[in-house]
Amino acid sequence: MRPVSYSRATDVGAAIGAVSADPESAFLAGGTTQVDLLRIYVEQPRRLVDINDLPLNRIEELPGGGLRLGGLARMSDVAEEPELVRRYPMVAEALLLGASPQLRHMATIAGNLMQRVRCSYFRDVAAGCNKRAPGTGCSAIDGINRGHAVLGTSDCCIATHPSDLGVALVALDAVVQTEGPGGTRSIPIDDFFLLPGQTPEREHPLTHGELVTGIDLPPLPVAATSRYIKIRDRESYEFALASVAVAMSVVDDRITEIRLALGGVATKPWRARQAERLLDGAPATTESFTRAAEAELAPAVPHGMNTFKIELARRTIVRALEIMAQREGTT
Amino acid sequence: MSPAIGATLNRVDGRFKVRGESRYSAEVPVPNLTHAVVVNAKIASGRITAIDTSEAERAEGVLAVLTHRNLSPVATVPKLLPSLAGLAAPGQSFFPMQDETIHYAGQPVAIVVADTIERADHAGTLIRFEYAPTPATTLLDQARDQAYVPERIFGGLLPGHASRGDVAKALAEAEVCVDTTYRFAPNHHNPIEPSASTAVWEDADRLTVYDSTQGPNSVQFTLAELLGLPPISIRVVSHAVGGSFGSKAMVWHHPALAALAARHVGRPVRLVLTREQMFTSCGHREEQEQRITLAAGADGRITALRHHKLSLTSPFDDWAEPSLQSPSVAYTSPNYEGIYHLVRGNTITPTFTRAPGEATGMFALECAMDELAERIGVDPLELRLRNYSATDPESGKPWSSSGLTECYQRAAELFGWHGRDPRPRSRREGQWLIGTGMASALYPVTQPVNPQRARARLYNDGTAVVEAGVSEFGTGVFTAMTQVAADGLGIPVERVRFVGGSSDLPNVTAAVGSAGTSAVGSAVHLATTQLRDELIRRAVADDHSPLRGADPAAVQVRDGKMVLRDRPDVGETYADLMHRTFMPDVEVLGTWNPPPQDAGYGVHTFGAQMAEVAVDADLGVVRVRRMVGVFAPGRVLNRKTAHSQLMGGMLWGLGQALLEATRMDPRMGRWANASLGDYLVPVNADAPDVVVDTIEVHDEVVNPLGMKGVGEIGVVGVAAAIANAVHHATGRRQYELPITLEKLL
Ligand SMILES: Cc1cc2nc3c(=O)[nH]c(=O)nc-3n(C[C@H](O)[C@H](O)[C@H](O)COP(=O)(O)OP(=O)(O)OC[C@H]3O[C@@H](n4cnc5c(N)ncnc54)[C@H](O)[C@@H]3O)c2cc1C
Ligand code: SF4
Repeated sequence: MRPVSYSRATDVGAAIGAVSADPESAFLAGGTTQVDLLRIYVEQPRRLVDINDLPLNRIEELPGGGLRLGGLARMSDVAEEPELVRRYPMVAEALLLGASPQLRHMATIAGNLMQRVRCSYFRDVAAGCNKRAPGTGCSAIDGINRGHAVLGTSDCCIATHPSDLGVALVALDAVVQTEGPGGTRSIPIDDFFLLPGQTPEREHPLTHGELVTGIDLPPLPVAATSRYIKIRDRESYEFALASVAVAMSVVDDRITEIRLALGGVATKPWRARQAERLLDGAPATTESFTRAAEAELAPAVPHGMNTFKIELARRTIVRALEIMAQREGTT
Repeated sequence: MSPAIGATLNRVDGRFKVRGESRYSAEVPVPNLTHAVVVNAKIASGRITAIDTSEAERAEGVLAVLTHRNLSPVATVPKLLPSLAGLAAPGQSFFPMQDETIHYAGQPVAIVVADTIERADHAGTLIRFEYAPTPATTLLDQARDQAYVPERIFGGLLPGHASRGDVAKALAEAEVCVDTTYRFAPNHHNPIEPSASTAVWEDADRLTVYDSTQGPNSVQFTLAELLGLPPISIRVVSHAVGGSFGSKAMVWHHPALAALAARHVGRPVRLVLTREQMFTSCGHREEQEQRITLAAGADGRITALRHHKLSLTSPFDDWAEPSLQSPSVAYTSPNYEGIYHLVRGNTITPTFTRAPGEATGMFALECAMDELAERIGVDPLELRLRNYSATDPESGKPWSSSGLTECYQRAAELFGWHGRDPRPRSRREGQWLIGTGMASALYPVTQPVNPQRARARLYNDGTAVVEAGVSEFGTGVFTAMTQVAADGLGIPVERVRFVGGSSDLPNVTAAVGSAGTSAVGSAVHLATTQLRDELIRRAVADDHSPLRGADPAAVQVRDGKMVLRDRPDVGETYADLMHRTFMPDVEVLGTWNPPPQDAGYGVHTFGAQMAEVAVDADLGVVRVRRMVGVFAPGRVLNRKTAHSQLMGGMLWGLGQALLEATRMDPRMGRWANASLGDYLVPVNADAPDVVVDTIEVHDEVVNPLGMKGVGEIGVVGVAAAIANAVHHATGRRQYELPITLEKLL
């Protein structure tokens, strides 16, 4: 890796100051994305500012019944927080189905949202990649793209957003809290992840040196009956081929409330609004589920090896909704 | 035989490993050390037209930047020869950095030596290359029409085609015929320890290389040729090796590159391959396609087997993993035709990869057998029994030992095979379709050619050190050798220390082809039993010994004490005899001359595999629920390590079936998933309930201890058993590995 200088920030202001003053610097949290990318020259900052000592790892109650997750809280700690498990089980499941225990102990949840794509061309500095090197073309569109996205793609980039946590968070309408040189901001999660469009190098609206300080989960009673379903080639330690975060309530066999989001198939954690519209108020039947899944995937664009993901995503949605309906029916 | 052999002895090196005290080749402390990093070609074919090393040379800590322009050329480039032959064993008949031509992506084009590995790595990215690329072939589909039939494959050791009887006639007359083609993704080994070499020139003509290898002597002989030095100038040491699976079976470029770089900078050089480089520097299992045509009577008796393979090889060698060998002798078949077809491509020469050949060839045959069983309405196990061959169908000679039918029977009992409903999709549990499948496992017993040697030295306190040049790459061979030595000498295992891992020690062949333990074990057995006999002889000839005048054949040794077999109270210890006669130690070199491969017997290891899978009816996800493997590997030296080997093999078979694939991007001619995050191997969560058992067979032919090897037989047949189970669950035949979920949606 390129020679890099390293310092440890002890307070938030100093961390933000250090990074925003130097365009060639970056925050270092758990390092599970950052260090990998340094080693393969995909990211080449000259200076790393370690933020692990910042007091941003707590999980707190918000007035009104929500939870605030500190940006530096570790994936493993968040997944075990009893209140989170009780009120937002899909978040805990999304975390536990991600990465490996070793990684989850290191990785922070802010870092999880900020992680870079797993597209192998992005990681191969000798390959063309619009995201890594704008204007060099997308090698994946006609290449090895089994893991790539079918929703939210553009002719510039089709890389799947890899985060599982993000999928649960978009279903919940979480809010990302940041602090930067210009002060603090609250960014609705759906606006936090950008579609690639013609600027795939822009993945989020943060300015350089802006720090993710926390993630707010709003009060949402339906989230207590929620699941995260993840389909992948091996049982553990792998990213999703398709995943579904779902919260649903059913009264008299009708869906009264529904939150649905998809992972593994889209360029950002994908709120399935089209499906939600069709499901809201619909009978909780496989027919409704299938219709909603088909509508959500209607705009999907395949690119060869990943064609199967369209059908896989549909079936995974139906599976997830059926699981919820059964559970709702029996309780 | 005393009880040490076959016992469950914990690994003698286990304690050091779990405490992090084992020294791998990249960890041996060496004063004044420098670090080398290899830079690889990014194009797959063409020429280097310009190189600018100036920036790299100026980078901090850099000692040398070597390219074909300033690296001293190698003396000779030896021809590929499998390391089992005991001679120089380069992985390919090519050595890089001799000129500007690029034959494959990943070919080394420069070496940077610096004071730290990070600085060397960074400086490597500062070298500017200009290339004139030419069109490359990296997929079979790009050059099928250029396939040829090689006269010989596998470094010249095996024929490129073989036949017996009249296949065309048998096919024309067949009552049933199954004709299918199977495709296999390339596979990489992915041991946890990347290959590493540390080269230290003690003086101008004395080189020590610490190398991660399956055969220190192979490295020594290969380096001697490449560097133009006599073998006496080269010592290769391999204290501990973190797995190999074939990636360290042959000698690749890095030890020689480390030695050349070390000579250039005049300091010791450590060269560690990166994980990504492990995908382009040590060979792989080649992309291939196999067509099986089975002709049979209505009763399922096979009348002909035709087995054709098409695979990609390098510009340098006619390499194909020998997929046709085991299938050709698995069942009686009076008519047979096996042909290898090769296509030359821009790739490093492929190499041994866990059960090289058998893993793919037996997959093809055993899936076709399952189809035949379905076609004629016979239980798959019954079909195999009907076609069981009590002799080697190739030569007509008897098997040295078999045990195959007992393996089937035992596996069926352990698995609960009998009473299986053969109809596909006949079992369902909720969303899961359940299926079971089976396959035979065969692996050839390959003999080394050169004499295998080991030295045993007994000290006058009754402890012994036993030495041979074998390296420990995770198989448990040091542990098993401790047991063989203890048995041979008649002393407890605690009094034996086995030392291996250096070319200075008595020469044994590289531990490959599942033959490593039996090769070195035979030598250790001979060394230690000859040493024991020598001391018995001295005792009976010594006037002061209680054994004086006894018939040596009537003496046995227990717990270090030589006693009369029928009067165990009469005798004395080795220590007593040696002290009394002023012997500090006694030493014997044992030499085992392996029998010729064609010794009047068919020699193969046999086994049976069974698997149960659950397939998600909607989502296509396949999960293996349980596997049973029963094998007849001859004498088992250590139940624990042998079972671990067999179980590990079965899990690799699971990986081959469901997960493992290296993906080539033909536009760049490079692998697109060269990392452990993208090349999937099974993790613990994928490991089902695995039952391993062995059937005892006595084999007087293969070697003095009757061992046939447990290294790779465990892999063979697993993928077929799983694919057959997937068919049973879903009704869908699988013709391509790995079986990923999109094939079942
Ligand atoms: C082998 C492997 C498998 C994985 N599998 C999964 C999986 O299945 N599911 C999944 O969701 N994830 C998976 N991950 C990704 C993993 O969860 C992320 O790497 C991790 O969450 C990143 O967190 P970190 O603290 O290590 O971030 P770092 O690596 O330290 O940082 C990542 C990026 O975020 C920036 N950053 C970090 N913290 C902040 C902050 N507070 N504010 C602003 N910017 C910040 C850094 O500058 C850097 O650019 C996997 C990773 C690996 C290596
Ligand atoms: S998909 Fe995106 S990340 Fe991958 S190569 Fe194309 S532009 Fe780069």
